[in-house]
Amino acid sequence: MIALEARPEPSRALAWLSPVIALAITVVVAAALFVALGRDPVQGLRMFLFEPLNGARGASEVALKSTPLILCALGLALCFRSNVWNIGAEGQFLLGAITGGGLALYFTANQIAIDRWAFFPLAILAGAAGGMLWAGIVALLRDRFNASEILVSLMLVYVANLLLSYLVFGPWKDPKGFNFPQTMSFASGTNLPRMVTGLRMHWGLVFALLTAAVMAVFMFRTFRGYQLQVGGLAPAAARYAGFSSRRALWTALLVSGGLAGVAGAFEAVGPAGQLTPHLSTGYGFTAIIVAFVGRLHPVGCVLGSVLLSMFLIGGELSQSRIGLPSALTGVFQGVLLFSLLACDTLITYRIRWSGRTAARGAAS
Amino acid sequence: MSDRLALAGVTKRYPAVVANDGVSLRVAPGEIHAVLGENGAGKSTLMKIIYGAVRPDAGEIRFDGAPVAVRNPQEARRLGISMVFQHFSLFETVTVAENVWLGLDRSLSLAQVSARIRAKAGEYGLELDPERPVHTLSVGERQRVEIVRALLTDPRLLILDEPTSVLTPQAVERLFVTLRQLAATGCAILYISHKLDEIRALCSACTVMRAGKVTGVVDPRQESNASLSRLMIGAEPPPLQHRPSRAGAVALAVRGLSLPKLSPFGVDLAEVSLELRAGEVLGIAGVSGNGQQELLAALSGEDPRAPAAAIELLGEQAGRASPRRRRDLGLHFVPEERLGRGAVPTLSLAANLLLTRREALRAGGWIARAPLAAQAGSIIGRFRVKAGGPHSPARSLSGGNLQKFIMGREIDANPKVLIVAQPTWGVDVGAAAQIRAALLSLRDAGCAVLVVSEELDELFELSDRMMVIAKGRLSPSIARADASVERIGEWMSGLWPGAVDPAPAGVAEPAA
Repeated sequence: MIALEARPEPSRALAWLSPVIALAITVVVAAALFVALGRDPVQGLRMFLFEPLNGARGASEVALKSTPLILCALGLALCFRSNVWNIGAEGQFLLGAITGGGLALYFTANQIAIDRWAFFPLAILAGAAGGMLWAGIVALLRDRFNASEILVSLMLVYVANLLLSYLVFGPWKDPKGFNFPQTMSFASGTNLPRMVTGLRMHWGLVFALLTAAVMAVFMFRTFRGYQLQVGGLAPAAARYAGFSSRRALWTALLVSGGLAGVAGAFEAVGPAGQLTPHLSTGYGFTAIIVAFVGRLHPVGCVLGSVLLSMFLIGGELSQSRIGLPSALTGVFQGVLLFSLLACDTLITYRIRWSGRTAARGAAS
Repeated sequence: MSDRLALAGVTKRYPAVVANDGVSLRVAPGEIHAVLGENGAGKSTLMKIIYGAVRPDAGEIRFDGAPVAVRNPQEARRLGISMVFQHFSLFETVTVAENVWLGLDRSLSLAQVSARIRAKAGEYGLELDPERPVHTLSVGERQRVEIVRALLTDPRLLILDEPTSVLTPQAVERLFVTLRQLAATGCAILYISHKLDEIRALCSACTVMRAGKVTGVVDPRQESNASLSRLMIGAEPPPLQHRPSRAGAVALAVRGLSLPKLSPFGVDLAEVSLELRAGEVLGIAGVSGNGQQELLAALSGEDPRAPAAAIELLGEQAGRASPRRRRDLGLHFVPEERLGRGAVPTLSLAANLLLTRREALRAGGWIARAPLAAQAGSIIGRFRVKAGGPHSPARSLSGGNLQKFIMGREIDANPKVLIVAQPTWGVDVGAAAQIRAALLSLRDAGCAVLVVSEELDELFELSDRMMVIAKGRLSPSIARADASVERIGEWMSGLWPGAVDPAPAGVAEPAA
């Protein structure tokens, strides 16, 4: 018999170990799944845990996918810590892609020459503006009409998706694109500067890592960050102290929307180089898992992003190499999140094997 | 005659503490037996063991002479053990009868339950209408529901946990009549309390506990408060030095404040007026749930809906000011909920300092960590808070120590006006004495102190003047010298001279 027993104090060690245990469970489940599908589990696991980081090209691809995940997850971590449940980073990401990509399209269509390094900050600003606009709608509706930010942010994802489709099927469609729903390829001056020639990894990664550092300082060393967290941890204490919950709402949403928007702009003017209806592979949603696996801590978000990028790439590899559907990625993401939520129970509870202890007690 | 209940060597260990250490307890049928001890002495754990909610690590429990293992509350009820908890477990939106029905077996119809409630209440002379929704009942009436619910099971042992903490003095008298009547039928009663006067008035035996151990079994009628308190805490608390006050200028004035309630179960404030002067302690008495929460929220700024002119703080109209603005003006507030309102449970003591103190903030909102920890350390030292250090999370402290820290945080700010709700709730006697002394010395230093408490003893000890809040209205103020427990108790029902509700004949006095 297994019984759960409340711990006198939540375990700090388990708060950090929980993601590791969850990963171990995910690996076991994955191995079992490969066996059930008639594949060699060792080879299957290699696709997810080893191959993605194998060689410079692999590492570059992981870095490329980590960049938007880090940016989105950092903003979400701030939101979740502030008790603001923004689950629409995907929509804010798409808006950033539209504004960032739109700006690149403007330069391209009007044949305005620009240097990659000059365009880099412009892309960041444009993307942030788009994401903040989208998140600002959520904040406004919550602030004014007390509308649930969970529902509004999620539903705005679909609006953003339709807006992107409208643009690439309509006004922004490449006139020489054989009627495909896509914009023209952006001019090379508007592409993100790459870190290593020949690899797709770009300087957006450095921007994301710097943002993580800034976020850590903001969360743990500034009064503004402190106020946000008090609002999330104990709303009554925030009211007692006189911290404004409205300000917390707006700050958390605008920061997270802005960061997701930058991620979207990076994706549009980085690896994609044009806008298509299928620009995002769900980075905004995956980032929710990243934020929780990373314990809502900026450093954890970076590590979690690397892990989840490996999952994304592993899924693609297992499709091309061993003929399994890339939907495996989604399965493993789900298993990871569920295991994590289950393992988090162990932070405040411990398992008692009541049957065994009784047997042992009788034996001794 | 054999004992109704006999415990021998009952021990319960928790990871950090031994809650019960070889406790023995014997209760005879028809006896009202007090269990006396400070908070944390192990009374609650012992009662939970008897009621089957907690299992002991060692020891024997005999009920009517036969050894029993009470594994859960259902088994306890089958044995005839009933318990009335300090915090009621009633559903507010349904009627009295429906609440009682929930706990009974399903064979009865609602009408039968109502009839049985009427019969049982009549038997004990208790007024109780089974058809009334619980949210319309006063706290005393709710307790009556809990007691009738317990009586309906025809208990052989009734456990009452701090039953009088929510009652007016008059309601306490009525409760005692009921309990004596019940004991006369042969039911054994375990009466848990830390109020010495009540125990001496009601109980015929008393088991005193300290730090998990029994320190004495006495007949409380033969003891004095001093001798009981020596058994309970090992020493007598130092008597409070209460010098007459030298009241100065008005620091906080409330004029005709009326506020509609925010929640359906709240209380409307109606025409509340008070004046609080520098250098005095004004105590506000009242049964809980009569508008204390609403008044405190309006004074602290957590509820900024008051008209600006209704609250004047040190000469400034402050009805709409934020808690932060009021703090800048010199008003500090200690709320009754410590965890979650007065302090963030998971954050360290140092971080909790930032809720109301900004000394460790640098330009641009930068938190200077070392000065912050030093500041927390100095408060921990000055107010003798038992804590691991400035970095211990708030929830790791006992209730009394966290209260000392929060009081210390606000007193250390040298407030001009200090508002305190339930200053010593759940705090042990030693810490309570320390907190009261700190409040008085703050008063002597010229601070205006407003204390809202449900403990009359405490208010009589601390206050220079007293007021009573009832049904969202505030009584006139009365000097402590002119106040008596009877008079304040009457006022707690809303019956003060000039009250809006028509007072029954004989109580009304001509307004002076």
